[in-house]
Formats: sequence, C-alpha cells, structure tokens
Amino acid sequence: MTTNKQKREGAVIFSEYERGSAIKKALSMGRDDILFELRESKLKGRGGAGFPTSTKWMLVAAAKAEEKYLICNADEGEPGTFKDRVLLLEYPELVFDAMVVGGYTLGAKHGVVYLRGEYEYMKKSLEDYLEAMRKDNLLGNNILGKEGFNFDISIFLGSGAYVCGEETALIESMEGQRGEARNKPPYPVNTGFMGMPTAVNNVETLAAVSHIVVKSGAWFKQHGTDKSTGSKLLSISGDCKKPGVYELPWGTKISELLELVGAENTKAVQVGGASGICLSRSEFDRTLAYEDAATGGSIMIFNENRDMLKVLKNFMEFFVEESCGQCTPCRIGNVKLLEGIEMIERGEYTFSYIKKLKDLGNTMKVASKCGLGQSSPNSFISILDNFSDEIFNNVNGGSHA
Amino acid sequence: MHKKEELRAPVSQKPHVVEKPENIDTIGGTVTLELNEKKVTVPLGTTILDACKENNIHIPTLCHHEDLCVAGVCRLCVVEVEGMRTLQASCAYPITSPIKVHTSTPMVRQARKHIIDLLISEHYGECYSCFRNNNCELQSLAKEYGVDHYNFGHIEKPRYEVDKSSYSVIRDMDKCVLCKRCVRTCIDLQEVGVLEAVGRGDQTRISTFLDKPLADVVCINCGQCINRCPTGALRANDPRDEIWEAIDDPKKHVIIQTAPSPRAAIGEEFGQEPGLSYTKEMTTALRRIGFDKVFDTNFTADLTIMEEGTELILRLYKALVEKDNSVKVPQFTSCSPGWVKYLEHFYPEYIDNLSSAKSPQQMFGALIKTYYAEKNGINPEDIVSVALMPCSAKKFECNRPEMHDSGFKDVDYGLTTRELAQMIKEAGIFLPEMPKSNFDNPFGEASGAGLIFGATGGVMEAAIRTVYELITGKNVEDFFENMNVTPVRGFEGVKYAELPITEVGPVPDILKPLVPNWDWVKGATLKVAVVHGTANAKKVMEDIKAGGKFSECHFIEFMACPGGCLGGGGQPIPTNKEIRAKRAQAIYNEDESLTLRKSHMNENVLRLYEEFLPEGPCSHKSHKLLHTHYTERGKYIA
Repeated sequence: MTTNKQKREGAVIFSEYERGSAIKKALSMGRDDILFELRESKLKGRGGAGFPTSTKWMLVAAAKAEEKYLICNADEGEPGTFKDRVLLLEYPELVFDAMVVGGYTLGAKHGVVYLRGEYEYMKKSLEDYLEAMRKDNLLGNNILGKEGFNFDISIFLGSGAYVCGEETALIESMEGQRGEARNKPPYPVNTGFMGMPTAVNNVETLAAVSHIVVKSGAWFKQHGTDKSTGSKLLSISGDCKKPGVYELPWGTKISELLELVGAENTKAVQVGGASGICLSRSEFDRTLAYEDAATGGSIMIFNENRDMLKVLKNFMEFFVEESCGQCTPCRIGNVKLLEGIEMIERGEYTFSYIKKLKDLGNTMKVASKCGLGQSSPNSFISILDNFSDEIFNNVNGGSHA
Repeated sequence: MHKKEELRAPVSQKPHVVEKPENIDTIGGTVTLELNEKKVTVPLGTTILDACKENNIHIPTLCHHEDLCVAGVCRLCVVEVEGMRTLQASCAYPITSPIKVHTSTPMVRQARKHIIDLLISEHYGECYSCFRNNNCELQSLAKEYGVDHYNFGHIEKPRYEVDKSSYSVIRDMDKCVLCKRCVRTCIDLQEVGVLEAVGRGDQTRISTFLDKPLADVVCINCGQCINRCPTGALRANDPRDEIWEAIDDPKKHVIIQTAPSPRAAIGEEFGQEPGLSYTKEMTTALRRIGFDKVFDTNFTADLTIMEEGTELILRLYKALVEKDNSVKVPQFTSCSPGWVKYLEHFYPEYIDNLSSAKSPQQMFGALIKTYYAEKNGINPEDIVSVALMPCSAKKFECNRPEMHDSGFKDVDYGLTTRELAQMIKEAGIFLPEMPKSNFDNPFGEASGAGLIFGATGGVMEAAIRTVYELITGKNVEDFFENMNVTPVRGFEGVKYAELPITEVGPVPDILKPLVPNWDWVKGATLKVAVVHGTANAKKVMEDIKAGGKFSECHFIEFMACPGGCLGGGGQPIPTNKEIRAKRAQAIYNEDESLTLRKSHMNENVLRLYEEFLPEGPCSHKSHKLLHTHYTERGKYIA
C-alpha cells in the first residue's frame, strides 16, 4: 500500500488554503454569486463521470423541497484510487468547508459523508475534526453569525460494496436498503436521499470548490485544458519507482506522467481503474482529460513482465463479484466475459466466440442499469483489442494453459 | 432528517411517479414525443412503455407487471432515446419532455437478444418438465426473438435445492430469472416481506430470512408470488397424483367441493376469454374425471353466513347490551386463510376479533365426514375430500392440525383452479364443450350470496343480505335495489360503509334462543368495511391500533388477495386488474341470474340445521364442528 506521504503537490488542490476561509467568503456572497463562480470555473465532477458541478448544484438550489441534502461521496472504491484518503486525512478543511458552502448554496441543512467501510479507521479523526468545527461555529446553528444558516455534517459508514460509489446505490444504502442503483430519471438532484433533492459530490470535487470560492473560477480555469479545467489528483500505482498521489494539471500526457513517476519499460497503463480503459504503448501520447483519456484518478502501470490476460482476469473477477446482481446485462454478462477469459487461458476458444463476447460487452455498455455494468466491459474490450498479439499468441505458445 | 416511516422506500424501490395533472388539457398537461418518427401526445409522466402500448408498439418485458411497482432490472424493454448515451428502460422512463424514441434499432434488437440469451444461459430446467410449459414468459420471449440455440451456453446442473417445505408454495430457484416480481409482490403488493434478494453479483438469489424454508417464515401462503412469477420458479404444492390415486381406488369415495371463484376463471386455462363462467360444464367434467360426488362450496358459504352472521349479532349484543368487555368488536371475517395467517403473524393480539366460524372449505370438510357420511351410510375413513379452491393458502388451511373435528382430516386435499384444469386436460376433456349439469345434493343448492364470496366485498354483501332481513323482517330489496349492496362492491383497496337500521321486526325462530328482541339495534348504524390485499389490511389494522375510524366498525371483511378469492394464488396465470374485474363480473352476473340469492333462504341449509344441528347456529354442536380457534404465531419464529 502506498502511504499518504508519497505525493506530489500541484498548483490547485494542494495550493495554500486557510481553514474556514471558503465558508467566510461564501457567507459574504450571494448564492447566485457562488453558483456563478462555479460555472465560471467549469469544474466537473471528479468521481469519473464528469458532470458539471455548477449544474448539479443549480438544480438542487432551484428545487423547492422541505429538506435538501449534500452528500460527500467518500466511497473511494475504484481499484487503484486512494487520493480521497489523502484529502480526508490531511486536508479535511477543504472537503468540509466546501460542504458548508454547499449547504449554504443549496439550502441544505444536512451534509453526510458517505465513508467507505474500509476507511472506518479515519472516522474518529474526522468526527473530532467536525467537533472542532462546531466549536468554532463553522458548523451548527447560525454559522459564523449568519442568522438562520444552520448546517451540520454527519458521517455514514458504507458496508464495502463497490456499487455503492454509484450515487443512487449510495443513497439506497444510506436509506438502509440493498446497495442497488435506482432507475434514472429521476436523478438525485430531484429525488435523492429520502426522496429529497440531493447533491452527491466526490471528495475531490468538494476540495476544488473550496479553492474556487476563495480564489475565483477564473483562477481555477487557468489550470488544465479548455474542456478540463483545474487539476486532477491521480493515484499512481503499479510498476514505477514513485507511486503515490500526484496532483497534475489536466492535459498531462501519459508519457510525461510515466517519466515523472519513474516508470520504465511500461507496456500498459490502465486509466480510470478497473472500469477504465487500458492504453498500450502506441497511445502514450494521449492526454489525461475528460475529452481524451478520462479518469477518476486511478492510474495503474504495467511493465513488460506483466501478463495482460491475468490483469484482465483480475478486473473481471472483481466485476463478477461486485455487480449488485439486479440487472441482467451486468449480473450475467460479466460472468460470460470472465468465462471467455478462462477459455482463452485454456486455449479453448474461437475468435467468433470472442467477437460475440465483445458484442455482448457493447450491449452491456448501453443496456446495463448503472455505471458499473456500463463500464465493466471497457477493460475487456480495450485489453483484448490493444494486446491481442500478446494474448492470443501467448495462448498459441501455451503460456496461459 | 426525515423520519423513515414517512418515506419508506421498500427494497424493491418505489417507482418515480411524475404527478399527472388533474386535467390534462391544462398547459403542460401533455407532452408530445416522437415515437418511431411519429408524433404522439401523452399525459405528462406517462412511461415510454405505456406510450408504446397506447400506440400499438410492442415492447418485450419481463420484470414489469402492472400490479407491481417498477423495477427496471431485466432491461428487456430498453429503447433508444435520442441524446442519451445509453439505452433506457421504457418501463421506468417517465416522459416529461419532447423526446425522440426509437424502439427497434439494431442496438435495441441486439441488446434484447443478448439479454434473452443471458437469461436462458442461467435458467436451469427443461420446458417439457415444467408446469409453466406453454405459459412461460421466458419461453415466449425466446420464441419471439427466435432463439434456436444457446448462444452463451446453458446451465447443466441444478444449483439449488427445491424448497418443498410449505404446504402451499414451492420454490425452485434454478428457474428464477431474478425479475424480483415475487419480491415486489411480497413487499409492496402484500406488505408481508418474506422474500428478498440476497447475495451479490452472480451469487444473487431470492431467499427468505436467514435462508429458512418457506414453512418456517412468516409466509401467509397467499400465492400471489406464484401468479406473478414469469417462469416456473414458484408453483403451488400440487396434489394431483394423490387425487388420481384416490379416484382410481374403487374403495374410496372421492368427493369434491368447488369454491365460487374457480368456475369464473377456469375457462382461461382452456384459452377462453376471462369473464366467462363454466360452472355447469365444470360439474360434468368433474364427474367424467371420476369424482363420486360434486358439491358446491357455496352451500357452506351460506352456512358460514348463518354462523358468522349469528356470531356477529351475538358479539354486538354482548358488547353493546350486556357490556361484556371480553367480547371483541369489530368482528373480522375468517374465510381467507391467507388473511388469518397474516393476522396470526402480524397482529396476534387481535385473534379474538376473528370470527370463530370456519371457512366454507373447512365447514364443508367437517360436514362431509359426519353429516354426509352418516346420511349416506359411508364410512368416513373411506371418504377422500377434495376442495377446489382459487387459493394456495387453502392447502395450508386443510393441513392445520386443529382441522380434524370430524375425527378425521376434514379436508384431505386443496386443489387449485390451475391444477384442476390440468386434470381435466389429462382426462382428455375440453371443458368449454362439456354438456351442462348440476351439483349433487344435499350440498348442491346454494345461494347467489354464497357465490359472491369469490369477489372482494362478497362476504360482506352476503352477510348484509341476511342480517338485514333477520333484523328488519323486511326484504333486503327494499333497502338495496335488486339486492345489490353496491357500497361494498368494487376494487377500491379499502371500502367503508355505514348502514342505518331504521326499523326492526320480530326475532326469527332460529335466533330466538340467542337474543330476546331487536330493540337494541333500532336506530343504530351498522359500520362495516371491506379490505382486500394484505397491504390494505395492514393500513386498516394500523388504524384500528391507533383507535381510528375502523376501530369503530362492527364488522370487517378481510381477504388476503387483491380482488378477493377471484384473484387468488391458485387462479390461472396471468392476472391483472382487467382480468380480475372480468372474473368479478362473471360472478356477479351469475348471482343475478339465480333466484335464490340469500343464504338464510337456502332450504338445504335450513334442513341441515333441522336434521343435524337442531340447536341452531352458534350452538354447542355447531361450535364443535363449524367453529375453530387460532394460533398466536408472531413475527419471530424460532
């Protein structure tokens, strides 16, 4: 496991920030001004889907309801990501201040941190931190003297299902139900936790909000590319000398990244975790950006000694286990893809059947109920396409058998 | 934060309901979308699936069932909505903007075919050894999409043990397609909550609390899950083999009683339109199959009215006149064994409110092996008593240990409508073409009041027809046009009616030992309610607990199944609101065609009292044979 110390601080998220400053600034602004700054910043959700944060907040802010909720999605479950852990442990002010800003902007009274079950060990320190905020009137009633602005944050511990990182499954889980994605529409901004308008934001998204409120949207969008503003925290793991959390501007090339982390003889880079895509050497000049190779933060590096079929099998085993099991394409489709990999391992396959499975993967991408089944075939398709020589020739050489 | 009670999101998830405007002609009341390049206008919030149905576009479905909330899990009904990255489940997509929908693109067709292939790959079992052969939604889909081989393999060994623990419902999870209709039926439609998905991913399966056998959980045996299962994963415990054996045994005297609802639905099993009664054809078919006597359960429905109606009068007299606090009011009906078990599990503290009168099935059973056996000189040991019921819970009921009041097992087998249809087919008979014949006596003549027991509100209506006449001495037609007690009819989940008793007559002979006069009811208002489906029963019970309006009622009819018995768990599959309404119509039409429509006018019933129960209703002997007691079960079963 990489420790929190291994990190490279960039110019946006890890730039200087004074505890409580975003709250102070926000309370001196109108709600519309905050939403305006967010829109200016062009901030997109950092969990992976990349939905414009200002739009999400505007929809919740505009909704009329007796209650609204802001949920911080800290169910960091994508294989290979650990950047939210760093933010929560070392920069909780960025996350919690933004939640208070959100409470003010959206008109919500309750914020909830949906904390990954495996992060239970940090619950105590987070709760202590929240208690300190209450003492300083950064949480509670009439925050910083703002008459009528009441907001508090609680921590909800997840139970370890990957799918609960999907926002509607997360909400189901918070309501005490099985972690299963809901039908959409309606979206949580309209019908979320307990049927109320709810904004679900990734930890890193919230951290960016704190900086944007203090330093302006214009400042934020100086960084990154036109369509992918700001920076991205990347969780680098795999075959490299310096794994860890890196803050890099959007638009960084894969090759630049590899050099930075001391990766040698790299054969493949898995961008976006198990549900992401696997790039081969010929694609290393692609850039990390929503418009090119998008990622929620997970970057896994594989050098020449790695067996890509084993890598793929590992991913598919993960999905077979983590599918919530409610919809047909994901529940059975992933099993069929895994069986296909096992056939390749044994050398008992036909190319026509592999083609059939790729078609099935394409059905899963469009017909599954939630992002899990919609993205689980990505690695199957991209690894078999990008590493076909290795995989199918190896088999012929018998190395998988 | 919000209180859980207010916004209970059941495990199966409530559908997103976009509130439709009251008047769709108002601005924004409708939305115009493009459906396969054709502009159509629908009320705001209509699902794509419903819009397609309206416009004669067929969309395949599997997890969708119109009685149930939306799940959106099978993904068969996916369609393309322009501008959306992924396909959308049409059953779960409410139309609120002018979208453009395509229902048969290459992507859509491929996805549907893949989904069917995947479902079949995991579906163990062969069609020809399945009771749903030719009436299976998965099978139909495979045919619809021209599946001619197993594209993604086929499971070769069973993975689960078949749960045969229950007298009523058998679960074969190898045939389950995880559509969760049973889960939604149990949790949302019936609010019992015995079934739920457990496990994750490929380990997902439908199970009971702690994987206990169905007999050891709070299952009420209503069988509504069977009626809504698209495949053969759920079925009733089938006694056909034992019944054939008895029929073929010359030493056995095999009789069958037939409840009112099967006759209004059995035609559906022979490809006939719902809503046609085949009463007289069925009696002939039953004789040709080999039953020695064919009786009408409506006879004991009339008897039930006499016993239960008398019990009601006695309860009210004791409670209101004698101020006896030990007597519980309102009185609850006890004909529906699903409801009885529901109450025993969830509201055991109200057991004393249940009428002690047995259900018509069990009254019949007790009489067959006593009165009938004596009268005809048959050794009750040689009698095999079969009950044709629309119900799976009746199978449990006849196996209740207390149902041995004749000295033998009062009813040997409960047979469902579906199972009888199967027997008729096995005998090479096409029911609709049978000549007509009547029931056998002495239990062959019954009133329309007994017949309407099959529909929700029927027991109440039958009771009112009798109780009104016994009390007022006048004809019920004087109060209700054509004897139709319309306030208690219809499919509303909970019906409530107040019936003023403005005048009273002399106490009829049969009740003279029990009440001195009717002065105490004169000017009173009889408050009654009719409830069907246990989800509605829960509402009423909670209201009673809270001391609400229903706690003021005198008499409440409860039926476990939506629609009453005609929607029972043993009735032909499929079921939906329209089918249930047609069955109800068939029952009410038959009632209107009869001349005898009041239980207390049934001369055979009166003769029974004369000959066998001379002390009248609710007497010592009638209590021994026709009444029963209940068991406090509670929610927690060790």
